[in-house]
This record gives sequence, C-alpha cells and structure tokens, in this order.
Amino acid sequence: MRRGDIPLRIGFIPLVDAAPLFVAVDKQFAAEEGFDVELVREVSWSNVRDKLNIGLFDAAHLLAPVAIASSLGIGHVRVPIAAPINLGVNGNAIVVSHELYAKLAAHADGDLGDPLVSAQALARVVSDQDEKAAGPLTFGITFPFSNHNYQLRFWMGAGGVDPDEDVQLVVLPPPYMVDSLANGHIDGFCVGAPWNSVATEQGVGRVLHFGCDIQARMVEKVLALREPWIAKSADTLSRLLRALDRAVAFIDDPENLDEVAAIMTAPNRINVAPEMIRRSLEGSLVVGPYDETRKSERYLLIGRKGAARPDPVHAAWIYAQMVRWGQAPLSSTLFDQAQAVFRPDIYDAVFGRRDSRLSGEPKDRVGAFAGPPFDPKDIAGYLSAWPANRIKRRVAVRRK
Amino acid sequence: MEPGLKIAIVDESAARASILEDGLREAGFTQVTRIEETSGLLARICATDPDVILIDLESPSRDVLEQMFQISRVVKRPIAMFVDHSDSASIQAAVDAGVSAYIVDGLKKERVKHILDMCISRFNAFSRLQSELEKARNAIEDRKVIDRAKGILMAAKNLTEEEAYAVMRRTAMNEKKKIIEIAQAVITATDMLK
Repeated sequence: MRRGDIPLRIGFIPLVDAAPLFVAVDKQFAAEEGFDVELVREVSWSNVRDKLNIGLFDAAHLLAPVAIASSLGIGHVRVPIAAPINLGVNGNAIVVSHELYAKLAAHADGDLGDPLVSAQALARVVSDQDEKAAGPLTFGITFPFSNHNYQLRFWMGAGGVDPDEDVQLVVLPPPYMVDSLANGHIDGFCVGAPWNSVATEQGVGRVLHFGCDIQARMVEKVLALREPWIAKSADTLSRLLRALDRAVAFIDDPENLDEVAAIMTAPNRINVAPEMIRRSLEGSLVVGPYDETRKSERYLLIGRKGAARPDPVHAAWIYAQMVRWGQAPLSSTLFDQAQAVFRPDIYDAVFGRRDSRLSGEPKDRVGAFAGPPFDPKDIAGYLSAWPANRIKRRVAVRRK
Repeated sequence: MEPGLKIAIVDESAARASILEDGLREAGFTQVTRIEETSGLLARICATDPDVILIDLESPSRDVLEQMFQISRVVKRPIAMFVDHSDSASIQAAVDAGVSAYIVDGLKKERVKHILDMCISRFNAFSRLQSELEKARNAIEDRKVIDRAKGILMAAKNLTEEEAYAVMRRTAMNEKKKIIEIAQAVITATDMLK
C-alpha cells in the first residue's frame, strides 16, 4: 500500500456517511494526494468533538449541528470549527414500534406516509395517552445537537405536539436503540444509516418516515477541522478535498456499490452485513414486516445533487432549530458565526462553481414538509410561524 | 480534602471502577457511587445527584451524559471539566488515560483537580496492569506452542529437546522471524501433512 508523508488522524463514528473517508483511504486517493491517514473509530460524539478540539484528531466525521454548537460555544467550550466539505446529506429515518404504528394508523386521517398526517395522528395519540395517565411517549435521539433531534421535533411540532412537554426525548447510543425499542423503553427513534434499518431488519419496528420526508435536503455530516488548521495549510487542505472528492465520485458510481459496501464493512469500521450498506447507499430500505421495502433516491446523498458542497443556508437552518428549541439565543453575532462554519469558499476554490448540480433541488435549499419556505435572512420571522403548542397543558386546562 | 463531595463513577469495567472507588475512599471521599448499567443512566444520576461524574471514555453513554447540559431542570447542571482550556496538559492526560470528568457548575476546579489526577493515575495503572497480564498470558500461550513444535521436531528428526529448540532458533534468525512464528509454522505444516 502506498503511503503519503502527511500524517492525518481522522475520527469517525460507524455510520454510512463516513464512506468518503473509508474509500479515500482504501482506494489510495488520500495516499496519492500525499496523506498517511489513520482512521480512528469512536464510540461517542462527545469523544469525537473533544479529541478534535484538543488536537488529537486533525479532522473528524462530525454531526453538522455539533460543528456549529462547538463554534458557538453552546453546551461546551467554544472551539471554532470549519467545514469545507460535506460527507453526507440526509440519511436519517424515524422508526416507531409496531405498537405505536398501530396507534398512529388508528388515529390517522389520511395516508401515514404523509408526515403531516402522521404528526397529527401523533398529536391524537399523545392526547389519548395523557388522558389514560400512561407514561409519556419516549423517543430516542443520538445527541442533543443533531438533525435526529431537530427532525423529530420539527415533525412533532408540525402536528401540534410539543416535544419538550408532550413527549420525552432521550439520548441513546445507536447500538442500544434497537434493543430499547424491542424492550419497550422507547416508542420510536430517529437515527442515521445503517442503524435505522437494523430495527426493521430485526422485525422490532417500522420505518415511519425517511429524514428526507421531513426536510428534502439537509446536511447531516461534515468533515470538521479546527480553524487554525485551515489557516495554516491551504495547500494541504485542497489536496485533502481532492482526495475526498474522488472518493465521493467513486461512491456515486453504481458500478462500485459492492466494492464500497465491502470497504465499509471491513473490521474496525461498520459492523453490519454489506447488504445493509448497499441498501443504505441505494436508498432502498426494508421499512416493515415481510420485507416491505421503500426506495427513495433522496434517502442518502453522498455527493449526488451537489451534496458535498457546504451550504451556509443549511448552517442557518440548523442555527434556527437551536433557537427554536431553546439551545441558543437569537443574535446576529451567533447567526454569523454559525454560517461561517460552512466554507463553500474553500470548496469552490478547489473545484470551481458546481451550481448546475443543484438544478431541481428545493428552492429554499431545505424543502421542509410544513411551514413557510426557509428564509435565512429572517430567522425570527420564520420561527414566528411556529408557535409553541402544548397538548399536555391544553388537556390540563380542559380538566379544570 | 472534600469528603462531602458526591462522586459518581460510570464505567463498564467493574474491575477498574472498583480500583478507582478504593482510591477515592482512601483519599477520604465516602460518597462514591458506581453506575455500571447503561440503561436508565440519567435516572440513576438524577437519583445520586453527584457533584462530580467520572466516566470512561470508551463508554458510549458519554453522549447520554451530554444531554444533561440540555435538560438541566432535572439535575444540577454538570459541565465538562477544565472547560476554559487553562489546563490543556490535564485534558490531554485525561484523554490519554481514557477518562473524562464532569463537575457541577460553580464548583471550583481546584477543589476537584486532585480527584481527576488520581483518576488519571488509577486509569493508567489499570491499563498497565492489563497489558502486563496480557503479556503474561501470551507468554504462557507461546510457551505451549513452542513446546508442541519441539515435540514434533524431536519425533520427526529424532532430536533431543535442546537440538529441536536450536533448529527453530536458527531458522528464526535466518528468516528474521520470531521463534513463536517458526513454531507455529511447524505445527501448521504438520497439521496439513497429516
């Protein structure tokens, strides 16, 4: 195997959108650009963030909202992060237990495949649940600063459910998610590929929605670097982006699907059958019993449709979610800092403008299923479309 | 000394957790709780209401703890130790040792620094112990393999034990390999020729 001279330690969490890193290493793209990459598998996002922050990692596969939270100093020490390339757009799914699915179906006024219908059904289930004095419905997410959290909340909010009052959201490591659903500790969860389909493959739940049903286009993972690293090595950085760009192109070629799946399931990477990776990359998941499958070309975008180019509109959207759910105050300083995390300027400097790839994508670059189009210039106005709605309190008032 | 501080240890390795617990008790901390189970972690922590939480970096439950930054209503808000970066050597040492600490907001870090220091040294001692054990275990395994290969050579070539060992050592030197690798090769070859 060829090796470059520039040592590079990159931390990752075993998820399908770490693919560009694996492929860049195994197909020698990184070595050909002069890198000697060491990929380090981590068990928690906190570890990835901390090791990147203190310089144990040169780069990391990171949840886009963690990169922003870190740069804003929310929930942790402030360490400015730069994201010059996306590793994945979309790729999440909301999974519910068979029991909750049956309840949603009983309360649905229309097709449950429509997230507005399912969210309104959830509101009725929550309302029932409350009257019968059962415990609150509980949903698993992987991290407070994650699209899993924001997508669940957005979906619930659209149906009139207050995610902080009417249900319970708990953080669970993805490997525990399926067991927790099976033993009834949680009623549903939102996680990324491949873990969202592990549950359905094992028959313990149903995929209710793909993440792309909630937002048609939302950055999920970025390549995160510390600001000083970017400032001091522009040439190294463009070589790293080129290596990743080649990996992304390789992944996007359907001919390479088997090879990519084999690369990703190598020891110390992702411990699932190659078939699961194949399905995730093709966007063709088992969503329910009897191998019921559903296919969407938007399910997970690695490179396709211009997915690799960082989009500051997405940074603004994520910041808006942080404000909406009380994680961050609304201020123009924080807004600017959030947008500055995403660096399309670096991406464009290496690859030129690739705007043509965006044709046919949502006009507001987000494509949420409910609410007005997203306007990054007016976050306050956008958020005013979402008044807090608390079923629990409404019920409590009614009882008086 | 702060014997009044409540300390929670979250570690899936019961052996390491008890080494740490012993150390803390010896240092005069009497209110130490060990939390091994991963399910219901938040509930356990809420019930314990600790001032300091020590967690193994290999535990996926770290992300669960981080949620407490968000839901401070249920528990005293914990913050990661040394968040001001004033002591990067300590952070580095802690990460190298594989441990992370959270302390409740408002607790001065000088008051808990020696807790973390001890934690780091006990974690390091534990991994040294583990690698020594591992080495000893491997040495015993190697000895068994070499003895078996010796026996095969003695029978096949009618050699004494010393001669059989000398043959393997010479081959190892010539091929720039370890003697255990040669012994393994002898066994593999013999098995294949059976």
